[in-house]
Amino acid sequence: MILTYMEIREGKIKKSSLEALSEAKRRADDIGEALGAVFLGKDLEAFAEEAGQYGASKVYLLESPLLEHYSSSLFTSVLAGLVDETKPKALFFSATAMGKDLSPRLAAKLDVGVATDCTKTAANDSVLEAERPIFAGKAFASFQFSAEPWIVSLRPNVFPLIEPLSEKGEIIKKKPAVSQGQAKDRVVEVKREEGAELDVTEADIIISGGRGMKGPENFSLLKELVALFPNAALGSSRSAVDAGWVDHQHQVGQTGKTVSPSLYIAVGISGAIQHLAGMSSSKFIVAINKDPEAPIFKVADFGVVGDLFEVIPPFKKELERFKE
Amino acid sequence: MNILVFVKMVPDSESKIKIDHSQNRIDTEGLNFVMNPYDEYAVEEALQIKASKGGMVQVVSVGPDESVATLKKALAMGADEALLIKDEQRETYDGLRTAKIIARVVKEKYADYNLLLFGKQSIDTDNAQVPSMVAGLLDWPQVNIVTKLELEEESGAAFREIEGAVEKVTFSLPAVISAQKGLNEPRYETLKGIMAAKRKEVPVVSLQELGIQESELESRLKLVKMSPPPTKEAGKQIEEEPEEAAKQLVRFLHDEAKII
Repeated sequence: MILTYMEIREGKIKKSSLEALSEAKRRADDIGEALGAVFLGKDLEAFAEEAGQYGASKVYLLESPLLEHYSSSLFTSVLAGLVDETKPKALFFSATAMGKDLSPRLAAKLDVGVATDCTKTAANDSVLEAERPIFAGKAFASFQFSAEPWIVSLRPNVFPLIEPLSEKGEIIKKKPAVSQGQAKDRVVEVKREEGAELDVTEADIIISGGRGMKGPENFSLLKELVALFPNAALGSSRSAVDAGWVDHQHQVGQTGKTVSPSLYIAVGISGAIQHLAGMSSSKFIVAINKDPEAPIFKVADFGVVGDLFEVIPPFKKELERFKE
Repeated sequence: MNILVFVKMVPDSESKIKIDHSQNRIDTEGLNFVMNPYDEYAVEEALQIKASKGGMVQVVSVGPDESVATLKKALAMGADEALLIKDEQRETYDGLRTAKIIARVVKEKYADYNLLLFGKQSIDTDNAQVPSMVAGLLDWPQVNIVTKLELEEESGAAFREIEGAVEKVTFSLPAVISAQKGLNEPRYETLKGIMAAKRKEVPVVSLQELGIQESELESRLKLVKMSPPPTKEAGKQIEEEPEEAAKQLVRFLHDEAKII
């Protein structure tokens, strides 16, 4: 069996967990393994159906009031228990904050390896191969595993969803014996960011500003553009963050976040190597910069040489007109 | 409060990365090595905790001899002691190897320490594994990607970044914390600090001396191959009046990118 860990946020299955489940389904089919999905939480029944539609033939619901809030230590123990019992060949996680927190701890408990933030998986002759960026995407490395279960976490927004099936998984409900004492760490509060902005790692479209923005006040120009696209987020270069113009959560690059959106619009960003590493795997890249020699143009599918303060307003107007 | 901080030597973020295909590894020749940027936040946090609560700040690195330079930087910032655990094994990309070494050294030498601080990931392997693995092996609580840390005598609260939100996590001590940008502003080394660090010995301990057999560290991951990123061809570059440029850009988004 290939088992996929399913993350729930705000009462919904995370899209990236469905992506991981879809990829696990493709690999399970390749090597002739069953596909399982596992949820941890308090009341989980409602999520089982959707997991079935994405191909899980076994849906494990591990329920306890103590699992209502995330705890690295407690969730690891519970998952390790299920692995002991079901002996899966592989475990798939989405490489979200939670997936990247949980999968290595579990791997250590099971004495196996984990390939973090993979962007490609393949299986043949019953061997899984996982490819992942290193140096923020300046190189790629692919791995096989020498001990089971093979554990991978998959980068959000990279793997396509399968068409939902009209199938139902077998629901296996368990009440793991857990105690408060096992939760050595525990999430007690989740605060959405002001304006509940979408995270750059989960956005389909990223509009990023750099040093060329000249000051924090001008980022409102980009925020207005972000609002015109569905599923879009504001990004930035390191220099804009270090200057204090935007919060570091927005930073794209080797010391920020590595992203692969459908569209990346770089505004007033010259394209330092550490920034290019973090975004050059975007499907389409647009650059707006007044320096025709800026390195960002070397990776841009469409480059506009011009003063961003002159280009952005008519661009916004055109977009609005187009939407009508 | 006694604190252990783990630091790693990595190529700086401006480095161009070349693959040595014959050896299936990164060609490190000519690269400029620095302290992993996220580790600087860990060192700074330890120094700030020491300033308010007292105790020792011990920095540790697992790696080759050259890592001494990284440890010296931490000493120059103000850490009390440094230790190099010499590991000549080339990068395996298996975080579990490093985690096992660290868990062992904590048990053997630093059992009375209350806090282990790491950077949230190293910018070379990008694994983000070692802190959680160490916490798992020691059975200690963990909080990763921390942007704010509050400590009491036997417990603490940490604020950690998740997608579009911040989680508050409470934990008991001892604990493992990994630092994210935003936790603090790492200080620059002072000239006095640098001079003092120069004079300080950095003890080196081998895996053997720690009683670790190479067989215990066998890699769980097999590196199959390395490849450069797909090359990206530069596309169209236009230099039109703003109104015309905007029109063409919107047309591109519609016709080619098919975003709108």
